[in-house]
Amino acid sequence: MSSGHSGVHVSPLSTYLSIFAALMVLSAITVGAAFVNLGAFNPIVALAIAGVKATLVILFFMHVKYSSRLTKLTVVLSLFFVAILFAETLMDYATRGWLNYTPMGQ
Amino acid sequence: MSNGYAHAEGAPSMHGHDHAHHPALQHHFSTMSQQREAGVLGMWVFLLTEVLFFGGLFITYTLYRMWYYEAFALASKSIEIVPGLINTVVLIGSSLTMALSVRSAQTNQRKATVNWLIATIILGSVFLGIKVYEYALKFEHHHVPGATFDFFGHAEASGEGHEAPAEGVTMGRDQIQRTTQIFFSLYFVMTGLHALHMIVGIVILFIIAWMAHKGRFDSEYHAPVEMTGLYWHFVDIVWIFLFPLLYLVERH
Repeated sequence: MSSGHSGVHVSPLSTYLSIFAALMVLSAITVGAAFVNLGAFNPIVALAIAGVKATLVILFFMHVKYSSRLTKLTVVLSLFFVAILFAETLMDYATRGWLNYTPMGQ
Repeated sequence: MSNGYAHAEGAPSMHGHDHAHHPALQHHFSTMSQQREAGVLGMWVFLLTEVLFFGGLFITYTLYRMWYYEAFALASKSIEIVPGLINTVVLIGSSLTMALSVRSAQTNQRKATVNWLIATIILGSVFLGIKVYEYALKFEHHHVPGATFDFFGHAEASGEGHEAPAEGVTMGRDQIQRTTQIFFSLYFVMTGLHALHMIVGIVILFIIAWMAHKGRFDSEYHAPVEMTGLYWHFVDIVWIFLFPLLYLVERH
């Protein structure tokens, strides 16, 4: 962990290599887990592993771990916006038919 | 065109006072680190719009997957895993070489910066080559949405037997025909837009590699290398989600 004279954080080579190794292991686990019947948890496990991989890339390859708080806030904000997109759309999906599609005569 | 912001008149010193400006410092910034910070923030705001752009595709995928889960499982199982897995390794590998290129720029290693950029270009091109092979297979199997789409055509012609009706599939043949087309439409739109981002990325990588070769970057100023890295890693992250969602549905 050293920092250049302009204050830029320079990660050691070993950090990049271990993150790469972790990403490879997680990719192998994703494929392995897909062949095990976990029922409803298959997609959850797949997305959780993808989430961990993405987090490693963001923190270490994209240097967000060493970025300013304003940059960190922007990163979190993008996830927050996507969360709104998903939440509102899924709410529509779950509730759209509540009145319109009540079977006739009931 | 002048090449060499730095190096031309010796390495600029930031240890001195404000008089010793780095040649790459724009007049509206006070210091190199302020300029860099503004650049990183601006790049992340751009990536935020990209996250929402792909987010729209991912929510569309999610809704259709819930509606037509059987079709998604059937169609996903018809895709070969191995090319997708190789591409995952290749693309994450290209993220490593990209990160090492940025690190080389940070530490003033001009030659290494260029070499890691070239390695990134090569790995990115390998990814696209494998993608072309995969697309060609889809055309061969009539798994491209449109007039010639035939989900069962390939399996029947090659004597692999019916892929459907498999266990637990309640849809009729023409329902499967229609709903698997939705999966493949999303497959082509999502991987296609991802590939388009990579093509753009490779063009940018060539330009940055040329600039690095010309000695335009040093440990004080290498924002273009860093921003290209952020973009490239973002494209890698999109693939990290696409791979399990498109290739690994209901494999057990």
